[in-house]
Amino acid sequence: MLSRTASDLYWLSRYLERAENSARMLEVSHSMAMMPSGRSAEQELAAPLRATGSVDEFWAEHSRLNFAELYKFLAWNSHHHASIYHCLRRARENAHAVRGRITAEMWETINATWIELNRMRNSPPDLKPFCDWVKERSHLWRGVTYGTLARGDAFNFLRLGTFLERADNSARLLGVKQFDAIDENNSLRDYYQWTALLQALGALEAHQDAYGGRLDSGTVAELLILRSHAPRSLRACVEEINSILSQIRGPQGRRAKGIAKTLLAELEFGSIAELQEQGLSVFLESFLKTIDSIGDEIRQSYLEAL
Amino acid sequence: MSTVLPTPKGVFDEMFLDVNTPRSAYSSYHHWLAKTAEQELRAKRNEAELLFQRVGITFAVYGEEEGAERLIPFDFVPRIIPAEEWRLLERGLRQRVAALNAFLSDIYSEQHIIKAGIVPVDNVLCNAQYQIAMQGIKLFRSIYAHIAGIDLIRHSDGEYYVLEDNLRVPSGVSYMLENRKMMMRLFPDLFAEHRIAPVEHYPNLLLKTLRESSPVEDPAVVVLTPGRYNSAYFEHAFLAREMGVTLVEGQDLFIKNEKLFMRTTTGPRQVDVIYRRLDDAFLDPLAFRSDSMLGVPGLLSVYRAGNVVLSNAIGTGVADDKSMYPHVPDMVRFYLGEEPILHNVPTWCLRKPKDFAYVDAHLSELVVKEVHGAGGYGMLVGPAATAEEIEHFRGLIHRNPHNYIAQPTLSLSTCPTLVEEGIAPRHIDLRPFVLSGKETRIVPGGLTRVALKEGSLVVNSSQGGGTKDTWVLMDEPKVEVSLC
Repeated sequence: MLSRTASDLYWLSRYLERAENSARMLEVSHSMAMMPSGRSAEQELAAPLRATGSVDEFWAEHSRLNFAELYKFLAWNSHHHASIYHCLRRARENAHAVRGRITAEMWETINATWIELNRMRNSPPDLKPFCDWVKERSHLWRGVTYGTLARGDAFNFLRLGTFLERADNSARLLGVKQFDAIDENNSLRDYYQWTALLQALGALEAHQDAYGGRLDSGTVAELLILRSHAPRSLRACVEEINSILSQIRGPQGRRAKGIAKTLLAELEFGSIAELQEQGLSVFLESFLKTIDSIGDEIRQSYLEAL
Repeated sequence: MSTVLPTPKGVFDEMFLDVNTPRSAYSSYHHWLAKTAEQELRAKRNEAELLFQRVGITFAVYGEEEGAERLIPFDFVPRIIPAEEWRLLERGLRQRVAALNAFLSDIYSEQHIIKAGIVPVDNVLCNAQYQIAMQGIKLFRSIYAHIAGIDLIRHSDGEYYVLEDNLRVPSGVSYMLENRKMMMRLFPDLFAEHRIAPVEHYPNLLLKTLRESSPVEDPAVVVLTPGRYNSAYFEHAFLAREMGVTLVEGQDLFIKNEKLFMRTTTGPRQVDVIYRRLDDAFLDPLAFRSDSMLGVPGLLSVYRAGNVVLSNAIGTGVADDKSMYPHVPDMVRFYLGEEPILHNVPTWCLRKPKDFAYVDAHLSELVVKEVHGAGGYGMLVGPAATAEEIEHFRGLIHRNPHNYIAQPTLSLSTCPTLVEEGIAPRHIDLRPFVLSGKETRIVPGGLTRVALKEGSLVVNSSQGGGTKDTWVLMDEPKVEVSLC
């Protein structure tokens, strides 16, 4: 496969995954901000900004932080790197560049998404229906990809983009939840905090499945970091990255494979107690760096190859 | 009930013999049209538009915001060609393209036709489209234009005329294919009622032709596009996908040891055939335009060494420019020893003093075109022009007579078309695509373009033209159509 094509496919799915994650974050902040007491509403609203590293960018364009402003920024801003509108535009641009390489049905799905998004832009819907729509289009895309695309390198690079972006986004979302700062008093508010986080990562059912009624920072962190049970957990993402890298044809990418294997071993054999001792935020920071370096290696060995 | 507005007098109407009687090829379609309500037709058209938008069958518009995309208006009243008429056209097309390829092969080698005094030497060698770099190169199968698009019109006398030959990078075939797909989706019943020759195997024939253009046994074929902002990008991606070959840009290719490679995730891979959708001037910055980033530096040297096939070859433009057009019937006679089957439009070459004097005196009746013009730009349609426009053009032809030709104002035939006022006659032309490989292949019909403005003769999509599906009716009994 052409390196440029591989790059377009990889970025296409990274942007789509980012759009979906922005929608998930918006939803959680929305429900958290409606909770009484505890941390101030503003703090809740700032969480997605911190997770996407866009606090400064936000304040450069807005004079106050409330729900409407956050929605405008994360959903409809045309140039911010994590805004849903921007991500879907970039995804569609990448798809346009490889429309000869993906199936007609895949192209139509993403093109229709783009057309509909622009129609909505004139009078944006409420946040909740909008986030539902974004997730739905994302599910549809995944479905049409799995259902129509030949299993080959195009498929591999698309999935590689998805899981690299997802690993990054999940880790960032975990990072802003400040596990370390929360004491274990199991207050009602904490309960809602954890539930919201699980919901954002589509892991509420998986958590119930694995821990029954138990719910605290330990179970949540263990599920979302160390167990492959939940499809958005860090370990699940890293497992996928490893398996995809081994399926891409050719001898390239040795370093990327090496780093990914080491990272997987760390997650497979680590325990939550060890991570808590080390400090979760320290761990998450180093995890993000490692994911970054895997991305770098992929770029060098496949996407800009000679 | 839909009624069809009548055609002005003196124009050939494709559907009607006279106001009330449809031609026999159209009788069954006309019957259907007459009993279908106009609202229903408009609803179908809206449905088609939504589908085209969703499928992204668009062309990029130059001069507008970067990345602006527009739909080519699609009209669902088909243009219908009876089997017998098509047979004649097909024979004529094969003959004409064979002569054009023979001409190209000749002028880039021995130049017999110049020595025989049939084509003036300056018209070839001083032609901006003549590529000295091609002189003396031997091409596999001696084919220069593997893909040709021949524009035909039908005059008021009912005869087809060739308006121009397109031997560089003729486009539009994707609309032919998508229009057919759309028609079958919107009106399946019509396809059951008529015996319409299929066109969907075009990409298969194209791939076959491209593979045959190379002496390599199992050649690696690619489509070379200028990129996604090119007006025909949709077509490039479409054809690559339909053929199952790689769509590349110049930046994906590089040259090593006089061979051409593409950069892939598994390392360099050699390329044998390029179906290039890029003009000569942009192919190789070392040989042609040095400011172009679209091509591949050194491509010409690989080509001259015979290590890659360009389809079409470099320098085919010398055979399709408007100053060469008047000589095509003589090429048919010279190379094939046959009388031309397809008519040429009578043409005055303004570089000839006698012709110039005639044109100068009759500007208001004639169509004057730039020799290298395309897309309906840089031309004067005398009868439709204001006195001021005519005088402006007079200045242009006086300054540079070599740059112009003139032709009588032909009345393009009309075909009923759904427009604001209802179903009204609009002028059309026809571009069949001729593929030359081990054998010559043509899918029945081609792309019918329609001028949507009342009275307009300009069918180009860049100037508000639309397209129609083209039906070639098949004889009874059913003939098996082979994909080979």
